Amino acid sequence: MKSLTSSDFEIISRHQETQSIYRPSLSYWSDAWIRLRANKRAFFSLYLIIGLLVFTILGPVLWSVDPSLQDLDQVSQPPGTSRLATIVNEYEPWSGESDVPGNTLRLAESATTMSVRLKWNALPNAFGYRVYRNIFPIGSELAYGIPLAEFFDNAVLFFEDRLDLKPRRYYYSVVPMDENGSLIGGYQSLAVDPIRVTTLDEAASKGLLASRSDLQIGDSINLSLHPLGTDYLGRDMLARLMEGARVSLFIGIGAPIFFILFGIFYGSVAGFLGGRVDQILMRIADFVVALPFLLFMILFKIAFGIGPGESGIFPMLVALVVLMWPSTARLVRGQILQIREQGYIGASQLLGAKTNYLIFRHMLPNTLGVVLVTITFAIPSAIFIEAFLSFIGMGVAPPTPSWGSMSNEGIKNMLTSPHELILPAILISITVLAFNLLGDGMRDALDARLRNQE
Amino acid sequence: MFLYSLKRLLQGIVTVWFIATATFFAMHNVPGDPLLNDRAVSEAIRANLESKYGLDQPLGTQYVIYLRNLVRGDFGISFTQENREVNDIIREHFPVSAILGILAVVFAATGGILLGALTAIYRNRLPDFIIMLLVILGISVPSFVIAAMSQLALVSLNDMIGATILPVAGWGTVLHMLVPALVLGLGTMAYLTRLMRSSMLEVVGSDYIRTAKSKGVPPPRIFTKHQVRNAILPVVTVLGPSIASITTGGFVVELVFAIPGLGRYFVQAVQQLDYTVIMGTTVFYGAFLVFMVILVDVLYGLIDPRVRVEQ
Repeated sequence: MKSLTSSDFEIISRHQETQSIYRPSLSYWSDAWIRLRANKRAFFSLYLIIGLLVFTILGPVLWSVDPSLQDLDQVSQPPGTSRLATIVNEYEPWSGESDVPGNTLRLAESATTMSVRLKWNALPNAFGYRVYRNIFPIGSELAYGIPLAEFFDNAVLFFEDRLDLKPRRYYYSVVPMDENGSLIGGYQSLAVDPIRVTTLDEAASKGLLASRSDLQIGDSINLSLHPLGTDYLGRDMLARLMEGARVSLFIGIGAPIFFILFGIFYGSVAGFLGGRVDQILMRIADFVVALPFLLFMILFKIAFGIGPGESGIFPMLVALVVLMWPSTARLVRGQILQIREQGYIGASQLLGAKTNYLIFRHMLPNTLGVVLVTITFAIPSAIFIEAFLSFIGMGVAPPTPSWGSMSNEGIKNMLTSPHELILPAILISITVLAFNLLGDGMRDALDARLRNQE
Repeated sequence: MFLYSLKRLLQGIVTVWFIATATFFAMHNVPGDPLLNDRAVSEAIRANLESKYGLDQPLGTQYVIYLRNLVRGDFGISFTQENREVNDIIREHFPVSAILGILAVVFAATGGILLGALTAIYRNRLPDFIIMLLVILGISVPSFVIAAMSQLALVSLNDMIGATILPVAGWGTVLHMLVPALVLGLGTMAYLTRLMRSSMLEVVGSDYIRTAKSKGVPPPRIFTKHQVRNAILPVVTVLGPSIASITTGGFVVELVFAIPGLGRYFVQAVQQLDYTVIMGTTVFYGAFLVFMVILVDVLYGLIDPRVRVEQ
């Protein structure tokens, strides 16, 4: 038997390559980013939020109309109304002499926003007349509207209306009265569409004319532009919405940042120190949680009081921070307690890491994901609370606009000019929706435990 | 269980005491003078009024008087409404709010549980999408907007039909209550639907459901006895806090729908700085909310044996 020696063996090739499974290492944050990008809803809402921030920050630069400037020619204008006005002579008093023949209620002159001049014929059985104006048709239930004037004289057969006229349809009615002043049948009614007019002086004082000589009586000019209309005091809605966005978003984003910072500090101290300190700190937090939240917000606002000229933003911010921190504190404490027991903390300690290093290098970064999710959910709730408080008149003080206080003002004119309520309401809803959807996406991306829960 | 309830009750009493104290000192901090609105008060009348209301006493004494009255259930007399005790206001207007609130909770709970269960069963199909879209709307649109919009809708509905089917505002009959209660419960309903959906999804995928199916239990029975019954527990836990949000949400709904509930009176009192009414209603609401949460927690222990054992 031939024995084998090393020379009998021949190296065919050196094959050192072992099968390697390789993929780029993926940090927690890049993994979260990939998950967030895959979530279309969350990404769409991220764009929405960026758009809102641009609207808030850049908007007032691009649309530099003073949000408190009143344009009394255009009060409660819905967006997209014509802003043409005809130039007329200065107002002259009327004594009822000019007349257009006819036998029903009629206009003596063409109706303008400066004056509506009505004439009618005497009724044989009447002792006087009462003139009404309504913005809705009179209908079968005889809703005449607001009474404008009363004449106990069957010879006074004219009336001039100059009360807060707007370029819209009015229904005038003249109702005859008996000798006791009660209404009797046989009312006459007339639908009137006043045209918007202005005088040269007015137009010039508002800077709408380049020079007075360009225009004559009867020409029409454009009044100042309000892309989203005006509110009940003639203030530009777009400018106010932008200003309101600053207030609402400042409170909505500012308050969560502050209370979450405080909550992180509080929670990490409690979680890290543990023992008796932890117990006392957490009892305090439990106590604040048990307080009825909105009642205390209102109480805070009352106690702070809002002096003349103050906006009330600061007290609201403080109240939100004081009442909302415990949930974050609890969350962070729980996280810290969990992380404290992890192996890598022990390893780090063995390697001689100091407490500060442990906290800032290991513990806080590992709670960051949960905290970010909390912030995104805290923002819509803070915006909601601001809107709620401003709506019941306990929030931001007028004339400072916020979306909530604008809705509060808008709801009073809801029937006649719904845009004053709808526009701020839409903005609140979009903002809250966007932050909620983003929060859902962030939670799915950042918090592995809560992933795939709705 | 008894010890636990007792402990919670004591905690609740301390919380209410704190609320009362905070209310007292907050109201004292308010700038302004409760007697300032009275026409031309002479020094003598002013002194009389102050001694009547105890305003000439030092703060500590006032606080003791206030607490003593509170324990006896005496909230004082309104500053703006003539001859009305705060107790009367609460007695008269709280039942209205309570009825509205109970209706809203019933709406929210039944709606939330049913809709949530439906979305979980029809997961990723059309009913799920529609309901979840409504839920997102319910969460994102503020209650006052929903209230105002539903009022507008009612106006046009009545207009279209030509008769008042559902009244737009006011209080009195069941018809008056329906829409406000629905609006009030909507936010909570949306929240409960989400919660029910996620807990139901967990249940639907669990082993005992598969076992029940393989045993041939009819689907309706699985749905009611196994799925909903088990998924309902987390929903019950949040009912306590939901009562709080429905109560405070009632402020807005009562304002918009002109319902003579306590919430509307509270907001009015706050706006008019009616000191005693604010203090009385705040303490009352605070105590009510604190004890409702405790009640729900204790009841939860009765429903879920696991919680009982833990305590």
